[in-house]
Amino acid sequence: MNIELVIGIFNIVLISTTPLVFAGIGELVTEKSGVLNLGLEGLMLVGAVTGFITLVLTGNYFYSLFFSIISGVILSGIFAFLVLNLMTNQIATGLALTIFGIGLSAMLGKKFSGTPIEGLNPYYFIVISFLLVFMASYFLSKTKPGLIVRAVGENHNSAYALGYNVIKTRYMTIIFGGVMSSLAGFYISICYAPMWQEGMTAGRGWIALALVVFATWKPWRLLVGAYIFGGVAIMQMNLQAIGVKLPGQFFNMMPYLATIIVLVFISSNKLRLKLSAPASLNIPFEKNQ
Amino acid sequence: MQPIVEFQNICKEYPGVVANNNVSFKIIRQSIHAILGENGAGKSTLVKILYGHVKPDYGQIIINSDLATINSPTKAQSLGINMVFQHFSLFESLTVAENLILGMSEKISLNKLKSKSETICNKYGFNLNLNSPISSLSVGQRQSVEIVRSLLNNPKILIMDEPTSVLTPEEINKLFKIIKKLVSDGLTVIFISHKLDEIINLSDHVTIMRNGKVISNLTTKNEDPESLGYKMLGYKVTKTKQINNVNYSENVLSLSNLSSFSQDPFTTNLNKINLNLKKGQIFGIAGVAGNGQKELMEILLNENDFEFNGDIIFKNIKINKLSTFQRKSLSISYVTEQRLGHSAVPEMSLSENILLSMNHKSYFKKGDFINFDRINSYAKDVIKNFNVDTPSFNVKAGKLSGGNLQKFIIGREIMSEPELLILSQPTWGIDAGSEAFIKKSLIELSHRGVSIIIISHDLDELLEVCHNISVLYKGSLSKSLNVENIDITKLGKYMGGLFD
Repeated sequence: MNIELVIGIFNIVLISTTPLVFAGIGELVTEKSGVLNLGLEGLMLVGAVTGFITLVLTGNYFYSLFFSIISGVILSGIFAFLVLNLMTNQIATGLALTIFGIGLSAMLGKKFSGTPIEGLNPYYFIVISFLLVFMASYFLSKTKPGLIVRAVGENHNSAYALGYNVIKTRYMTIIFGGVMSSLAGFYISICYAPMWQEGMTAGRGWIALALVVFATWKPWRLLVGAYIFGGVAIMQMNLQAIGVKLPGQFFNMMPYLATIIVLVFISSNKLRLKLSAPASLNIPFEKNQ
Repeated sequence: MQPIVEFQNICKEYPGVVANNNVSFKIIRQSIHAILGENGAGKSTLVKILYGHVKPDYGQIIINSDLATINSPTKAQSLGINMVFQHFSLFESLTVAENLILGMSEKISLNKLKSKSETICNKYGFNLNLNSPISSLSVGQRQSVEIVRSLLNNPKILIMDEPTSVLTPEEINKLFKIIKKLVSDGLTVIFISHKLDEIINLSDHVTIMRNGKVISNLTTKNEDPESLGYKMLGYKVTKTKQINNVNYSENVLSLSNLSSFSQDPFTTNLNKINLNLKKGQIFGIAGVAGNGQKELMEILLNENDFEFNGDIIFKNIKINKLSTFQRKSLSISYVTEQRLGHSAVPEMSLSENILLSMNHKSYFKKGDFINFDRINSYAKDVIKNFNVDTPSFNVKAGKLSGGNLQKFIIGREIMSEPELLILSQPTWGIDAGSEAFIKKSLIELSHRGVSIIIISHDLDELLEVCHNISVLYKGSLSKSLNVENIDITKLGKYMGGLFD
């Protein structure tokens, strides 16, 4: 194996893994506050299509990024209103958000499918993704607002009793997660593969969700996990390049297989899950009046 | 003296219950004011209103002669009101320091917090390690964290909701000394309890509540436990005396060297537990919560395949590996701690709840179908014999009050004529009338030759009912003490882990 191939592989892994880091770190913060948002895939797709359409119509990357993020704020805001104020089931609402996002993005993007654009340089975003992981880690472990987020996710009744606004904290983290997901979508349609294609996130939202559990809710582990997952996905091309003969479908299945194995491995040890999982995850908060 | 807090006509109604009915009284500055009442009398609701946790339907609160609108805990804290909760409001996976910071309304650096909390700890004799996670602390230590956290906000008024319910006698003495010192330093303490002795020992004034109403306001030094008890309940409770009726030659249950080795830091591992239960004996297992009671019950019940070493022998049969179902078939009955969700299903009717624990009896079945006539008549008998206050056996279990449901559950088990009955916290959180009735039923049951194990945090209950008491401490079981000539100081020492 020559050095150029290795560098090439690294390069591709770096570029293709970034959306997982964005979406994963957003979901990690959301889950730390005790909310499970299964709508990542939908948020990513809508973020991707909004960014793409804006770019085609205006030709301005800044507007494109801006509207992509706005789409994430709106959709995750709706999700937050449903699960926090109306106390709908988080799992069902998250799934609905994904299905909604898939449909909405397909409808909006129909006319734009195949339109050529000039992509943005992905390396800026790779740097930003590292910075975000650092910031999320610092925020959660060293700052008081981060401590409040963890406290709310750990025991929302106690947090409320101490005078913290559980609902507001969760709105913030849900919307942060939404923005991160749409950023991941923007990256996919503008930087990674500058184009729009229906369902182009190809299940990355689900992998990002698995990644949070894989990382046991720790930002730095999430970064490592993202690169392992991303590496597995990229392996297919390169293994084929060096002549390993396996059907393509086998490689397509690899990230999901890895996800399943990791999930089985992690949840086989109840203790590990209990020590690291936010104790109020997926439990609705009801003020007692 | 001018009052620091005055409640005026506070009313709060929940669906089906009036929690506070026109409550008005005053609390004198720099005093210990006790609020006494049974479970469900409305004490907790009232202080939650004062703390801004619950909104009253009607009425007002005057603080320092000013009308105060307290609509959130934050507002209460800004008025100098802090609260130590009955079920602690701590975050298990966070450290002591993080928990303290979360309780502070002002911004503070970690170093300043350290020096400030150290000052408080030294002054009042708390011993805290700021870096340990809460999950590693004992219940008493957790309470210390909670109190220190309240004191960091320099409160004027400190509310303590049943603070002694989880402490050992020694820890209670220590807590009372701290409370008295706090009051001499200028604090006003509102102390909620249903334990008469504590109120006599500690408080200056006492307000007695019953069914949401204030019954009377008294100066404590003119009262004694009997007079307070009568005013709290509205009637006198008669105690059944336990008589020694144990057949010491016949072993019913033997536990030998029970040990567990779980890696889970949230469980307490049992350490070589030995116990011999005789026919007709009531054996109490005392101890502060979290010392292995849950794990012992797991092993005795075997619902979750909790792993352990050692042997459980029931009437010469080794039952280590037997399932709950098989153990019940051998006429062992269980009453678990959690009434709703474990002992009974809240959404199911009382008669359906009969079947849930009597599934091993073919009497209640017609082939593979349910024999509704039989479970209904069984439920009817339980309701009649155990004074369960309910219109019919079709009522959902969740609709019954705690006391009534507990009578129903215990009645259900007793009427199945067990040879061994194992109960966990049988009278926890229920009214005094039901409590007395349950104690009486258990004593009568033992007179009929049934052996009983009671796992309880409530020492008074065990002293009243049991023949023998052992204490669980960090997974080890102390020697058993005979209740007739029991040495309370020794028992207290056992509860603190000083076995001989």
